[in-house]
Amino acid sequence: MQITVSVNGTDYTRVIEPRLLLIHFIRDELRLTGTHWGCDTSNCGACVVWLDEKPVKSCTVLAAMADGRRVLTVEGMASSGGRLDPVQQGFTQCHGLQCGFCTPGMMLTARWLLNHNPDPSDEVIREALSGQICRCTGYENIVRSVRWAAKHEAGGDQS
Amino acid sequence: MSKSEKTETSIIYKASYGSVPRKEDARFVRGKGTFVDDIALPGMLCGAVLRSPLAHARILSIDTAAAAAHPMVEAVITGEDLAERGMAWMPTLSADVQAVLATDKVRFQGQEVAFVVARDRYSARDALELINVEYEPLPVLIDAQTALDADAPIIRDDLASRTDNKIFDWAAGDKEATDLVFEQADVVIAQEMLYPRSHPAPLETCGAVADLDEITGKLTIWLTTQAPHAHRTMYAMITGLPEHKIRVISPDIGGGFGNKVPIYPGYLCAIVGTLVTGKPVKWVEDRSENLMSTSFARDYHMRGEIAATKDGQILAVRARVLADHGAFNGAAQPTKFPAGFFHMFTGSYDLRAAYCEVTGVYTNKAPGGVAYSCSFRITEAVYLVERMVDLLARELGADPAELRMRNLLRPEQFPYTCPTGLEYDSGDYPKALAVAMDIAGYAELREEQASKRERGEYMGIGVSFFTEGVGAGPKHLMDILGLGMNDGADLRVHPTGKAVLAISCQTQGQGHETTFAQIVASELGLSPDDVEVVHGDTDRTPFGLGTYGSRSTAVSGAAAAVVARKVRERAKLVAAAMLEVSAEDLEWADGAWRVKGDPEQARGIAEIAMAAHSGLDLGDGVEGHLDAMTVYDPPNLTFPFGAYICVTDVDPGTGQVTVRRFIAVDDCGVRINPMIVDGQVHRGLADGVGMALMQIIAFDEHGNCLGGSLMDYLLPTSVECPSPELGATVTPSPHHPIGAKGIGESATVGSPAAVVNSVIDALAPFGVKHADMPLTPAAVWCAIQGRPLRSDLALR
Amino acid sequence: MQVPAYVEYEKASSLEHALMLLARFGPESRVLAGGHSLIPMMKLRLAQPETLIDINGLKELDFIKISDGELRIGAMTRHAQLLDSAQAGKHFAILHDAERVIADPIVRLWGTVGGSLCQADPSEDLSAAFATLQATMVIVNLDGTRTISARQFHVGPYETVVGPGEILTEIRIPIEAGVGSAYEKVGRRVGDWPVGAAGVAVWLDRAQPGRIKAAGIGLAAMGAEHFSAPQAEESLIGAQATEETYARAGQIAAEHCRPVSDQRGPAEYKKHLASELTIRALRKAVRRAGG
Repeated sequence: MQITVSVNGTDYTRVIEPRLLLIHFIRDELRLTGTHWGCDTSNCGACVVWLDEKPVKSCTVLAAMADGRRVLTVEGMASSGGRLDPVQQGFTQCHGLQCGFCTPGMMLTARWLLNHNPDPSDEVIREALSGQICRCTGYENIVRSVRWAAKHEAGGDQS
Repeated sequence: MSKSEKTETSIIYKASYGSVPRKEDARFVRGKGTFVDDIALPGMLCGAVLRSPLAHARILSIDTAAAAAHPMVEAVITGEDLAERGMAWMPTLSADVQAVLATDKVRFQGQEVAFVVARDRYSARDALELINVEYEPLPVLIDAQTALDADAPIIRDDLASRTDNKIFDWAAGDKEATDLVFEQADVVIAQEMLYPRSHPAPLETCGAVADLDEITGKLTIWLTTQAPHAHRTMYAMITGLPEHKIRVISPDIGGGFGNKVPIYPGYLCAIVGTLVTGKPVKWVEDRSENLMSTSFARDYHMRGEIAATKDGQILAVRARVLADHGAFNGAAQPTKFPAGFFHMFTGSYDLRAAYCEVTGVYTNKAPGGVAYSCSFRITEAVYLVERMVDLLARELGADPAELRMRNLLRPEQFPYTCPTGLEYDSGDYPKALAVAMDIAGYAELREEQASKRERGEYMGIGVSFFTEGVGAGPKHLMDILGLGMNDGADLRVHPTGKAVLAISCQTQGQGHETTFAQIVASELGLSPDDVEVVHGDTDRTPFGLGTYGSRSTAVSGAAAAVVARKVRERAKLVAAAMLEVSAEDLEWADGAWRVKGDPEQARGIAEIAMAAHSGLDLGDGVEGHLDAMTVYDPPNLTFPFGAYICVTDVDPGTGQVTVRRFIAVDDCGVRINPMIVDGQVHRGLADGVGMALMQIIAFDEHGNCLGGSLMDYLLPTSVECPSPELGATVTPSPHHPIGAKGIGESATVGSPAAVVNSVIDALAPFGVKHADMPLTPAAVWCAIQGRPLRSDLALR
Repeated sequence: MQVPAYVEYEKASSLEHALMLLARFGPESRVLAGGHSLIPMMKLRLAQPETLIDINGLKELDFIKISDGELRIGAMTRHAQLLDSAQAGKHFAILHDAERVIADPIVRLWGTVGGSLCQADPSEDLSAAFATLQATMVIVNLDGTRTISARQFHVGPYETVVGPGEILTEIRIPIEAGVGSAYEKVGRRVGDWPVGAAGVAVWLDRAQPGRIKAAGIGLAAMGAEHFSAPQAEESLIGAQATEETYARAGQIAAEHCRPVSDQRGPAEYKKHLASELTIRALRKAVRRAGG
């Protein structure tokens, strides 16, 4: 079947098998490899991208279901001029990542959270990220990174 | 070593140490890392492994005809095909052999049986369903405690003259002296305990891309490995390809934690796949394959005994261990240490004697025995002794923190040779515990606990203290498969004063690109931004044994400092030529070579580098350029230590445990990048929460793995992990060039016992003295009922 | 990575279109809603439908509203929408209690109420919650509409009364004054399926303070027939809302469920939870009912 998906603002039309998972459409068809996968069972959240305006675990969605929709991946978080999103800056400033494998999914969920709740408490941040596994940070510095981003949303500088 | 020598450790060049953001982050936050599954080569094929559904069965036949006829399939490989190449079996890191693809029997559920190579990953998976394997089921051995029974099925009948399931007997310490102390002690306590099988489960599973260049004969393998050089050597030995025609690249690695140390059949299948098809072959396991077939950790059935005087002086510890190694002995540890560093079960205490015996056995479970974020079985050892000390405190009616404080080694006892023979390099243990108790507000916590108990609320305060021996290791003591555990480092300073450091270990998230640049920069008076760290590519880096067991800073970090000092000494000769003075008249100060008594007369590394590459006459016998290499043989392990306090709240009605606070005071010697150090501790505390409360790979009586997905093998989330409260003391290692000790795994080692001690402390009013991990709600409730669960088998 | 077997895909543009597609492709076709139950089963190849009928475009099934004295929840309502619905929470706090502990925040954004119910996992929290509330399920086929009690909806593990060619379209719960409800769950970790869970709804008698007029009890992962505990409910009718009453109901609930031992816990523990969580939910529900 043929689908057209807008990914990070660019329309991509591809002929695919209906069974193709969205994660593989993004990684294998479009070669956007910033989105990872870690578990097969929608438990780890390494594959989180946005579908339309909401985060989704892209290992549990068919690419066919994204036909005519918009996808945002980590590669689309920075502005077109390369200016990092405050969430990306926060993760850098607060040592919010170690191996970097969960990071794209964590950042995309954090971005969504801050869009809906610009000043979340630690508890709210932890709850929002609770469907995603990080094996490196123990989560503390991820929470601090999100808080950093919340604080710097207004005039995030380039780094 | 005298005291004055100990304080001589020179920590002079630390201008570049500090909490600077990591160089690695720029690519990761943009999604521009390169992990193995991100590699795509023209014409690349995809492999998939067919695995055994049974835990023990004879293979009667394998029919691959339908799979081979699949239009997208390029090759189907079985054990018979491998046997023709002499590759059906491979050596393990413990000098056992393991089937690459099974030929005679399958010995655990998930064992590799066949390998399909297809044009895409969906077709490879489809083709697996077309392979028909006929099995004759055999009796299954799952419970290690019955492995040595006379009627136990023999698992390794492939090994000549094998008549039982015993792998090894091993002992350490002085049995007679220990027995004598026990006989004469006022108080003796014994406890059976299980450190259950867990899995490191890095977020990225294991995988490989193998690519044979048929013209040059060069095999390039992108690999999820923590030890690229060791892998290269082993692939040369297994495949018969010349070692210089093999290049192993360990690109960005999505966490290792010991899981990515061993060689796995899938890696070799990818290699055979490219040899057979002449095209690049990618194999990446799924999560179930990762959990069911790659290396587990722990699985130690332990009996601990502790002897003390009635007023609380600990005298001796004795341990008896049954170690479940699964179907093949794939344990990763130095050759002379079949139980790893378990013999550090003497812990952090001043003992008169200690003795342990460990028996390793085969079972029909996945092979392994890796150091999951620890230095070779030290986690099991710390857990044992820290549980025993808590049991002693309970018996004596003593406060567990005070009992520890009384028995901890004192600073003046270092260097201290423990009863099983290791020499602890340095430490101030009471100070670390005091700092932890201070942060916790220990006395107030005990008051809170007492008043809550009166109201029928149950909170626990768990203390643990650990000493870890890291940085394997001295080559006269330690090797893996005959490869000494030394690390090389090459340093080249370019003419403009920018440096490239090539190291033999590599990062899986620990931040080597940042901290190793900080080490070199500090030694040479450069900015860390001027030092590029090259790692994870066997064609571009010197030989070394890799990143695990917290050995990077302890061994490769030392190599980096030593090679930088070599460069600095070379630079001294150049500076002497530049300044037209004798080298003896120069001293290194404030990041430059300076003329003694006239410090304004100075040359920094950047100027020196240009001169070293110029036509300047450097004097007789002085080579140009500014490069050096070294191989570091550590004189001893380093011994980081720490004190942890965990506060939990337990709901006895449901058995649910909440970790409310986690206090960790770590002493890892000199801290190169404190931000990264803290991050490592955060991770390890999460491991403690996970192992103590939820992580377990159990098996039912048929050998079915009950932890084969992240729905069943639970990892802690942001909700269960508390916000850690950290403290630090700094006791430099006296023998490490920069006084550092290693921190990567300390908290994983020390924290599980703190959590368990805390929960058991909370349950004291119910008379509970011990319960095995993981302390799930069911396990806690059953312990309260006086019917503790056996957590490694199917629950009934 | 695990991947589904080959499958055909059709996108439905309306409820009627979806029903026609189901009729055309027959019993080997499956309705695809949020996909968060079905796609994992397909990746494990435990489910291998020939055709998927994607109903994500069916806006007519995406609603939460009150009409004719009933709370009506469209089958395509996402878990997060139910959790965010002030209307639903105001009348039936149990729905918010349950939704808060179903899977995780990301899964809740996409997983649907109808999809969860039709998956019919014996551990499904919503199945227990709607059994508690004695909700009515609305099922349509090309011949028309039929309704069935939530307690007759499930006919066994992973089996419902929804036949080939049928779609669950909505869930209805009658709104009555004086109701209080709650859901209590024990998991091994956040996001885990329940080790055990209990839902309670109580309707207090306004005429006689503290007297329970009617009650519903739902149990998840407890081996309770139809996710409910009718004998325990009976013990509550006409009883005063006291600790003794709760304890008796809890005990009866535990006696009548048949949990199986698994890695979440032994049956003995789950029976204990049936009692303990019923009691806890009763306390909370009565408090919420103003009792």
